Amino acid sequence: METSFAWLEIFLNASFWVAAVRIATPLIFGTLGEVICERAGVLNLGIEGIMTFGAMAGWMAVYQGAGLWTGLLFAAACGGTFGLLHAMLTVPLGLSQHVTGIGITLLATSLSSYVYRLILPEVNSPPRIQAFEPLEIPGLSSIPLIGEALFKQTPLTYFAFISVIVVAYVLYRTPVGLAVQMVGENPAAAEAQGLNVTLIRTGAVVCGSAFMAVGGAFLTMSAFNAFFFNMINGRGWICIALVVFASWRPGKALLGALLFAAFDAYQMRLQQLLGAEIPYQIFLMMPYVLSILALIVMSRRVGYPQALMIPYRKGER
Amino acid sequence: MRLEPRTRVPFALVIFAPVAAIVASFVLCAGLVAWSGASIFEAYGLLLKGALGSGFALSETFARATPLIFTGLAAAVAFKSRFWNIGAEGQLYAGALIITVLGTGMLDLHPGLMIPILVITSAVAGALMLLGPVLLKIHFGVDEVVTTLLLNFIVLLLVSLLLEGPLKDPMGLGWPQAEPVTEAAELPRLFRGLRLHSGLLLALLFSLIIWIVSIRTTLGYEMRAVGFNQKAARFAGMPVKSVMIKTALISGGIAGIAGFSEVAGMKGNLTLDLSPGFGYTGIVVAMLAQLHPLGVIISAAFVASIFVGADAMSRSAGVPSYIADVMVSVSLLCMLVSVLLVRFRIRWS
Repeated sequence: METSFAWLEIFLNASFWVAAVRIATPLIFGTLGEVICERAGVLNLGIEGIMTFGAMAGWMAVYQGAGLWTGLLFAAACGGTFGLLHAMLTVPLGLSQHVTGIGITLLATSLSSYVYRLILPEVNSPPRIQAFEPLEIPGLSSIPLIGEALFKQTPLTYFAFISVIVVAYVLYRTPVGLAVQMVGENPAAAEAQGLNVTLIRTGAVVCGSAFMAVGGAFLTMSAFNAFFFNMINGRGWICIALVVFASWRPGKALLGALLFAAFDAYQMRLQQLLGAEIPYQIFLMMPYVLSILALIVMSRRVGYPQALMIPYRKGER
Repeated sequence: MRLEPRTRVPFALVIFAPVAAIVASFVLCAGLVAWSGASIFEAYGLLLKGALGSGFALSETFARATPLIFTGLAAAVAFKSRFWNIGAEGQLYAGALIITVLGTGMLDLHPGLMIPILVITSAVAGALMLLGPVLLKIHFGVDEVVTTLLLNFIVLLLVSLLLEGPLKDPMGLGWPQAEPVTEAAELPRLFRGLRLHSGLLLALLFSLIIWIVSIRTTLGYEMRAVGFNQKAARFAGMPVKSVMIKTALISGGIAGIAGFSEVAGMKGNLTLDLSPGFGYTGIVVAMLAQLHPLGVIISAAFVASIFVGADAMSRSAGVPSYIADVMVSVSLLCMLVSVLLVRFRIRWS
């Protein structure tokens, strides 16, 4: 009867928890970025492409000789630039946030492929870089089971956790955060208060997009050490679902990303356990199925930003 | 800055919008072409020649345009009612899957009966793919963008599963590919020795049907009304939910037929790379056509010529062929802006 409990023993293995936190990291950045955009009233479907470009740009900068943190900053700046483009088209011009976002994703994804091929025309197996190393926090990392998962990760994972706290603080406790919430709930009232709706929305989208790009860069600079086409593989869309799951709250976004990643890490181990009996594609489908289920469950009781996807034009009602 | 609606939009301006957008995207992408070290005019010349320069090139361009007409129509129909179907890619594969099940030996009929049956079943498969998202949207308010996008990934994994399992071609030398469809299920080629096939005629026929439905029927009128102002449509007594469901079924159905056309006309069998993103490119096609069913034909031909031409350009001028994807996405964004400028006037005040 030893094998019958193997599915439970997975949880007792520290490496499972380490993997879960690692898988959660890009999702935390992506979801956090999307929360910032949507809280200001702008849906950013450019996320999938922005994460792809961030993954390529950060990695490429390091491959060309930049330091890891410089590369990360470069990725964030690229993400912010795409965010600026998205904001310019959707905020002052008021274009459809759906179609523009898809356009940004198509543009950023194809630009990543083009730039990669242009700089590295002849390579077949992707070249590697020296990626971020795990940073162990002495003492805490020897807590059984979860010590390594929480305190022996790469710096970017710690950065993700800190970002959640910072974003939550800024959003709920500072004038800037309240302004962001206000333009997402009632832009006309914000305008009446003397706030510049266009500027605040644009700033939020730029900032959120920078977070998305960092999430992508985590994959090429921390989780792996190379860039592959299609490596984002729907993670951006999953983040969009996670935002709904999290009811647009940074703290819940962290929780959602961790839950989701734990599930993903679990299905991977289950796959090794049952790989002979169940085709691996069934396991790979699970994250996407789970995202759809999460959307259905949460859809009834979400308090979404009231002005989400509604362009604001001064003087119009 | 303020946007002011134009009271009268001259027809010439409406026609001019896509032309301006395309010119703008060529200009914007020139920098990227130059970065690769190629001469801009020479590279664009090669692109034009590769897309339209010979009978072979034209055949390739229109063969490439065929699935794009279908997916472009699918997006145009849905977007007109403000239903954001981003799942044409998955619907295409669903259509291709059912064709592979039925067309590789299970059904053995005269081609005159076989092809209509396959068209209908692929449409049903595509439509069913979209039934879930539209019902979730209507009953639970679940955003259809995310559900249709996520379904694309699920369907592709399902195709991969089936191609490595029950649908695997025993003669395929181990590759994950399905058996070729039988002769009766094949869409005939239009010219000897060229890949252009009668799927194009089918695509043109569907563009015409959708156009007639949209301007001549009550359903077409209701679909537009729901897209224009859902509240007003409901107030006017239109069955908004039922119109939404019908829209979704039509949109998904057309995308499903694209899968049939690619398997039965172009590739002969189902593989995992049947569609290099036709579903996503269809969105660009629809927007370039300003969601007009007949305009979709022209914009699909344009987008296809960029892809086919860029392949030729990449072979002779060394510009990575991904430039085609960049140009197509830039032209989408330019198109959005130019349509806006046609409808509105910008006042700086």
